[in-house]
Amino acid sequence: MTTSLDPTATDTRFADLADDDRVAGSLYTDPEIFEAELEKIFYRTWVWVAHESEIPEAGSFKQATIGRQPVIVNRDRKGNFNVLLNRCRHRGASVCEVPKGKANGFTCPYHSWSYALDGRLRGIPYPDGYDEDLDKKDLPLQSLRVESYAGMIFASFNPDVEPLDEFLGDAKVWIDLFMKQGAGYPIKTQGEHCFRFRGNWKIQLENTTDGYHFPIVHRSWMSSVDAETADMLSFMTDDNAVTHALGNGHSVAIMVPEHVDLDHDDGSEKIQARFDHIVDELSKTMPADQVRRIVRSMHGAGFNLNIFPNVAMSMSFFRVLRPISVDETEIRHIALGMDGGPEIVNRERLRIHEHFQGPFGFGSPDDSEAWDRVQRGSRGAPGMPIMVNRGLNREGLDSNGHRTSHVTDETGMREAYAMWKKMMNDEH
Amino acid sequence: MSTDLMTAQLSDTRVLQAIELVWQEAALLDAKDYQSWDALWTDSGRYIIPIDPETDDFDGSLNMVNDDTRMRRMRIERLTSGYSMSALAAARTVRTLSRFTVEERTDDSVTLRSAQILVGFKRDEQQTLAADVTHRIRYTESGPRLDLKVIRLVNSQGAVNASGYLL
Repeated sequence: MTTSLDPTATDTRFADLADDDRVAGSLYTDPEIFEAELEKIFYRTWVWVAHESEIPEAGSFKQATIGRQPVIVNRDRKGNFNVLLNRCRHRGASVCEVPKGKANGFTCPYHSWSYALDGRLRGIPYPDGYDEDLDKKDLPLQSLRVESYAGMIFASFNPDVEPLDEFLGDAKVWIDLFMKQGAGYPIKTQGEHCFRFRGNWKIQLENTTDGYHFPIVHRSWMSSVDAETADMLSFMTDDNAVTHALGNGHSVAIMVPEHVDLDHDDGSEKIQARFDHIVDELSKTMPADQVRRIVRSMHGAGFNLNIFPNVAMSMSFFRVLRPISVDETEIRHIALGMDGGPEIVNRERLRIHEHFQGPFGFGSPDDSEAWDRVQRGSRGAPGMPIMVNRGLNREGLDSNGHRTSHVTDETGMREAYAMWKKMMNDEH
Repeated sequence: MSTDLMTAQLSDTRVLQAIELVWQEAALLDAKDYQSWDALWTDSGRYIIPIDPETDDFDGSLNMVNDDTRMRRMRIERLTSGYSMSALAAARTVRTLSRFTVEERTDDSVTLRSAQILVGFKRDEQQTLAADVTHRIRYTESGPRLDLKVIRLVNSQGAVNASGYLL
């Protein structure tokens, strides 16, 4: 492999590393590949940075990271979303170190260059040290491309990136279905767990579309929940539990087929007994059909939607990955609730989230342990491939032309690696 | 706190019993003797690791742990069942609790604040977790018992790595 990382160079050296049914183990371990991924994927395509409920008002902001680069996501007075590089144009200091909050603008603490919410340079102290032809218009905070769909805000360093609408493509239908868990209320974020694991980011990317691991890695969680919840997630032999490859690296893994469209209710599903106290409380003020609609949404949508490269809309939460180095990745699991919805429901959703997610959840530590071990093991025999061929023997096309197989198969991983290969081989 | 007040508090037998219980708890958790740990709790005990460093409204916010007795027992079952790969591979830990202050004394309880430093070792790496801890010890017919434990990690809003042990 050469050491050139010139993103403008014609580059086909990654072509042989990802095949239709296997990928090279070096995809997890080679620091040079990691650097190329930042340039060719994270700085070229759309990367999820926020949900609009995280920045609800004019002046609301949050910090995010794209690849290694720190950005500020905010909502300005016109209601526009801005994503700005968190780097003063003067000497490079970060202009914001508060994770989230409200601001009128951002002032660099080093020499007090001040910027508006849209990144415009508003003020330079003691400007007589500069030539008269210095024009503040030439020195805004660097702005990224920003577009949003259904409240999901994406940004890109690439000014020529395709419209978000095209990038999401057939995933948009699934985003719309995912948002139905609001049961008539908008979705809001309500806190997040953050942890890091000692492994490559693609190990996590794969995991969201890996139904195969669930009953094995999460056996201790399965045995701790009520029988109805365990049954709900017993998709191993359910023929209706399938994964669709959606194009552009995106895929959807359906674990609970009866909860794909939460507006569709044939009345056959029995409400889980664990939610009886919520049914009783809601029934004091709500009609029975609305109560049923809300309680059926308690576990979120019946699928994991994997949006390449960094966000998954996973049943009842967002899973956001941030690559730190070739062998370290940060994960955020963002809990969701109903904005303006019943407090008792939002609290129950917090408890459900805590039960599985986070560093002391009943699920995440076991995922993290498995991912650590993939990284450790894959350092052995660098020439030995990682297999992603499960289900090739039974993969077909659905009525929309999407490659489809069982949810325990690796169709979603193959879709992600096909996009990886395309982007890594693109001439930029 | 003045030295006199500190001496007065430490001369309270109930405070000394409370500190002794906290140290006993720490030893059981380092030994991963979770069944014995469970016996230290009152029936209404709450075990909490919040994310928001300011909040006392634990039920209204997202936490890392928010256990009542039922949830705590399921947690113990998970950690001891042999089915959790992270619990089987948990770090070996050593923790100390010190810098005790008495936050509140009532007829049947003492509330202590302390600092906890935990070092964990797993696969060639050492991890340090520091926390402010609050224990409410209730004096029951069976002796002093844990009634509330709140662990406020200094990095609660940053990345806290997944672990197979308890704080």
